[in-house]
Amino acid sequence: MRRSLRSAAVGSIGRPLAKAIAKPIAKPIAKPIVFLLALLPLASLVLGAAAGTLGANPAEALIRGLGDWTLRMLCATLAITPLRQWLGWPELARFRRMLGLYTFFYGLLHFLAYAWLDMSLDLHDIVRDIGKRPFILVGSAALLLMLPLAASSFGAAMRALGAARWQRLHRSVYAISLLALLHFYWMRAGKNDFAEVGVYAAIIGLLLGWRLVRRLRRIRRSAHERNNRVHAATPRPRSTEPSA
Amino acid sequence: MHLHRDHGFIHPVSSEITPQSLYEGRREWLQRLALIAAGTSLGAFAARDARAAATPTLAPLAGVRSSVSGALTMEKTTAREDATSYNNFYEFGSDKSNPAARAHAMKTRPWTVTVEGEVHKPRRLDLDTLMKLGAIEERIYRLRCVEGWSMVIPWLGFSLSKLIKAVEPTGNAKFVQFETLADPEQMPGLRSRVLDWPYVEALRMDEAMHPLSMLVFGMYGELLPPQNGAPVRLAVPWKYGFKSAKSIVGIRFVEQQPTTSWERAAPQEYGFYSNVNPNVDHPRWSQASERRIGEDGLFAKKRATLMFNGYEQQVGQLYTGMDLKKYY
Repeated sequence: MRRSLRSAAVGSIGRPLAKAIAKPIAKPIAKPIVFLLALLPLASLVLGAAAGTLGANPAEALIRGLGDWTLRMLCATLAITPLRQWLGWPELARFRRMLGLYTFFYGLLHFLAYAWLDMSLDLHDIVRDIGKRPFILVGSAALLLMLPLAASSFGAAMRALGAARWQRLHRSVYAISLLALLHFYWMRAGKNDFAEVGVYAAIIGLLLGWRLVRRLRRIRRSAHERNNRVHAATPRPRSTEPSA
Repeated sequence: MHLHRDHGFIHPVSSEITPQSLYEGRREWLQRLALIAAGTSLGAFAARDARAAATPTLAPLAGVRSSVSGALTMEKTTAREDATSYNNFYEFGSDKSNPAARAHAMKTRPWTVTVEGEVHKPRRLDLDTLMKLGAIEERIYRLRCVEGWSMVIPWLGFSLSKLIKAVEPTGNAKFVQFETLADPEQMPGLRSRVLDWPYVEALRMDEAMHPLSMLVFGMYGELLPPQNGAPVRLAVPWKYGFKSAKSIVGIRFVEQQPTTSWERAAPQEYGFYSNVNPNVDHPRWSQASERRIGEDGLFAKKRATLMFNGYEQQVGQLYTGMDLKKYY
C-alpha cells in the first residue's frame, strides 16, 4: 500500500524531475566537477588563513571548519545509498567512494590542524591530551577506524578482500558516525550548546535509521519466505482457485 | 615521440602548438589572473576594514593612567577590531561573531543599576550617577578566557570598591552578586537554554573590594561597544573571563555564596572562584597554555599561562591556605 502511494507521487512529478537531473549526473564530467566542489571548503579555509579573513582566532576557525566539513562529507557519503533508492538515481553510486575518501581526507586534516596549531606537533602533549580529553579520544578512534576503510577503497584491495568481507569492513562506517557524533557532542557539552549537534544527529539518525528499517524488512521478508516454503513443502488439500 | 634534433635545437611538434583561440585570449587570461590575485589580497584588507567599520567609533571617554599596583601591563594591547569582533556574550548567540553582528542596536541609555541586599544604602543608580562615583582611570588588563585564548584590553573605569563604599554594606554582606540584562526583545540568544537566564556572577567580599576589581565603562579611549558589555561591566583580571559580567543591571550583597550561571550549567567544570591557574586542569582540557589573540602567529607554540593570570603578586594573599584544586 505504502509503495504504491510513493510510486504515484514519484510518477507525476518526481520521475521526470529525477530523470532531468540524473542525466548530468551520469555524464563523465560529473565526477571531476564533484571532486573540485568538494575541495572548495578546504580552499576557502586555506585562502582565508592566508588572507587573514578567518577572524581573530584563525587557528580555532581552521580546526573547527575542517571538523564541520568532515561531518558534512560523512553525511553526504551516508546519503548516497538512500538517495539512490528514494530518487531512483542509480548513477549516484559513482560518487560514494569519492565522498567517503573526502570524509577521511577532511578528518585527517582536522586532526593535523589540531596537532599542529593547538599542540605544536608535540607528540608527548598530544598523547597526553588524547588520554585526558574523552572527546579527543573518541575523535581519534573515529579517525583510526577510517584508515582501513580508506586503504581498502581501491580495486586491488577490494579484490583481495572479496565482496562479503569488504562489505562487512565498510559497515564500520556506522560505528564511525556514532563516534563522530559523540566527539562533537562532548566538545559542545562544556558549553551546553547542542543546537548544531542536534542537527547532525537528526541527519545521521535518519540515514542510519533508513538502513536499520531496510534490514528489519529484509529479515521479516526472508522469515516470510521461509514460512511459505515450509507450507509449500507440507502437502495441502488442492483447491480449484488459482494460486496468488 | 620522435623529436627532430637540428644542431642541438629541438623542433617543436604540431601537437605542442598553442590553440589559436587560447593564444588570442592570452591578455584576457592574464587580466583575469591578476584580478583574482588582487581581489584575494584586497579581500584581506577589506575584511579587516569591515571588522573595524562594523564596530563604529563611540563617544570618547577620557581616563587618567591608573597608579594601582598591577593595573598597567607592559604587554602589547590587542587590536580593537579583534577585541570587538571575537566575543562570548551568549545572550546574543553562542558564536563568537554573534554579539558584534546582533548587539549593535542594544539600548544602553537610559540605564539603571539597582544596588540592594545587605547594604545600609540600597539605591537605584542611573548610569551618569554611577560613573561619577570615582575618577575614570585607564587600566591595561590581561583577559584570559577559560577556553584557552587571551587578550590585553585597555579598560576605562574605576575600582568596584568605590561603589561598594558608597552603599555601605552591612556586617552580613559576605558576597557580591551581579546580574546581567536579560531582555528577550533585544537578545535573541535568550531563546536558547545554554544557560539559565539572567546571567549571574559573584565575588567574595574581599575579592570585590580588591583595588584591581574594576567597574568598567569604556575601552580603547571610548565608551564600551554593546558586544563588549555596554554600558557597564566588570573586569576581574585574575579570574577566567566569564567572571567579568557584562551589561550589569543589578548588584546584590548577600550572606550565602551564590551559585553563578556557569556553576549551575556545569558545576564540575566551572567553579565559583575560577581563578586562572595553570596547575588546575579544566576537567576536559589543560589550562597550562593559552593563545594570545592577534599575536604569536598561526603556527607558533601557545604561550604559558601565568598563575592568577600574572596578578599573583597583587591577589595571591586572598587565597593563602586555600586548596585551589578543591576551590576551582
